[in-house]
Amino acid sequence: MSRDRFERGLLKVLKPLVIAFLFLITAFPFLYMVMLSVRDIQELILEPGSLWPRGFTLDTYVDVLTRQGFLTFLRNSAIIAVASVACTLLISIPGAYAVARLRFFGRRQVHFLFLAVYLFPAIVLAIPLFVLFTMLGLRGSLVGLILVYIAQTVPVTVYMLRNYFETVPRSVEEAAAIDGCTRLSTIWRVVLPLSRPALLATGLYAFMIAWNEFLFALLFLVERRESWTVSLGLSQLAGSIEIPTTVLMAGSVVLTLPIVIVFFAGERLLTEGLTAGAEKG
Amino acid sequence: MTATPARTVRPPAPPGRRSRGRTLREQEGRAGLALISPTLIITLVVVVLPLLWAIMLAFQDARLINIRRVGVFGHYTLENFTYVMSEPGFWSSLVNTLVYTVAGTVLSIAIGLVTALALRDRFRGRTLIRASILIPYVAPVVAVAFLWETMLNPQYGIVNTWLSEPIAFLTQARGEFLGVQVPVALLTVIAFEAWRYFPFAFLFILARLQALPAELDEAAVVDGATPTQRFRYVIMPQLWRIIALLSVLRFVFTFTKFDDVYLLTGGGAGTEVVSVRVYNFLTARDDIGASAAQAIVLALFLVVFLAIYLRFFAGGEREN
Repeated sequence: MSRDRFERGLLKVLKPLVIAFLFLITAFPFLYMVMLSVRDIQELILEPGSLWPRGFTLDTYVDVLTRQGFLTFLRNSAIIAVASVACTLLISIPGAYAVARLRFFGRRQVHFLFLAVYLFPAIVLAIPLFVLFTMLGLRGSLVGLILVYIAQTVPVTVYMLRNYFETVPRSVEEAAAIDGCTRLSTIWRVVLPLSRPALLATGLYAFMIAWNEFLFALLFLVERRESWTVSLGLSQLAGSIEIPTTVLMAGSVVLTLPIVIVFFAGERLLTEGLTAGAEKG
Repeated sequence: MTATPARTVRPPAPPGRRSRGRTLREQEGRAGLALISPTLIITLVVVVLPLLWAIMLAFQDARLINIRRVGVFGHYTLENFTYVMSEPGFWSSLVNTLVYTVAGTVLSIAIGLVTALALRDRFRGRTLIRASILIPYVAPVVAVAFLWETMLNPQYGIVNTWLSEPIAFLTQARGEFLGVQVPVALLTVIAFEAWRYFPFAFLFILARLQALPAELDEAAVVDGATPTQRFRYVIMPQLWRIIALLSVLRFVFTFTKFDDVYLLTGGGAGTEVVSVRVYNFLTARDDIGASAAQAIVLALFLVVFLAIYLRFFAGGEREN
């Protein structure tokens, strides 16, 4: 029994320590980010170790949004993210319904395709797409980038939605059909209203991919500053000496805040959807 | 009898179609294909065809200047592969990639496991802690990479104010730690990887932990098992599957990862991984063929490592 008591005692001490440590390593960097974004660059250079700023200033935000052009970048990112979400849903809803409900040629093989796309290295794809978009003159246009994001998310969202659509009772759909609904109107009027949580989770996933993505944005947009996304803008400006670090930190906050808000607004749905799907595999 | 309700299920088709007399099963098949076709078309156009093209480019002497002359029936050659593989930089970057991937995968899963165990039971403030833990994974990679760069900066980074002697974490290839030579920048990049992706492992493992039946654990308590014994003999055996799945996922994602290393070090200071090389060949050197060849060799190595891993894992499961 003494070993048991010893271990329990040790765990009782260790557990709060581990939790405190985890909280520290995850929360502290972001606290530092916010604190750095509201102070003057002079102060940072004179006292790099101090966490609490002497004088709060929001000039950094004004600078980054207007002079550095982050307002434009925000607009671009928003356009890309919203368009990606809309198109992804538009394409994956009928696809997921077909995989969940209809028997068609190649239905079983479709899963392999989706898994392959999900695991497929983006860097291999980047080369031909870079060449193709250069040839078509699509580099610098947001449309090409949106296309790539849709193709990367659709296989996963079809999978997520399919799992949910399968839980919708068949009898409800049959009742709708007897009442005179066509297949599409059954999806629209019966299946979709019942699957709202899954739709939200799917939209959230597509939004996160489009907002956070970096490689393709770098390859396609880097030459046209007016079409930069927020991620690309920050990464490009981070190298320059003229822009103070505190201003760029304000840019990081501008980049991070929307996705964190969106994520925690629908977080429960997303994590449940993702992990439930993964456990099956 | 069965045909009568089935006929009402059929969508009201225009009269012309009805006369051709397809069976319901045929109709279903056609509807299914029609509904899935947008998905298939976009995957085909943006994923499958470019992949085939990438393979073709790897066997051709392709540059952006002459790309219009490089057609399907162009001149095929193995030169790109021999050129790429004869460069010593390629092999060292492959070793870097492997070290980075294995260490990043193992660390992120190990920390994720500890986190999941620590946050398994309810306590006050758990929601807040859980939210905080997820932020590194949710935040955009560009923002967190810039944040790390700033925190580790030798001049004004906060981490270096805590140390007696500033360390250039991201620009120093080798350093001495307790009398041992260590690759500083590579270790920093690995730490970043572990920090950013342990929440991913945490989410999966926690979901599995919370789905475990409580009776087994309770029975073990009654039998007098200590906490470590319960972990070793009751909890861990039930987690192996999810950990194996996580290892595959993280390995695949990390092995071809570009963003993290590129943003932190740009591939300098002994951290060059193959994907960063692919990018440099593509943009800076404008050598599309060699770039594609490297990407394909990288993908092949990934497949080989996965095959080895799956073989080992499948063997281990049979023993059990």
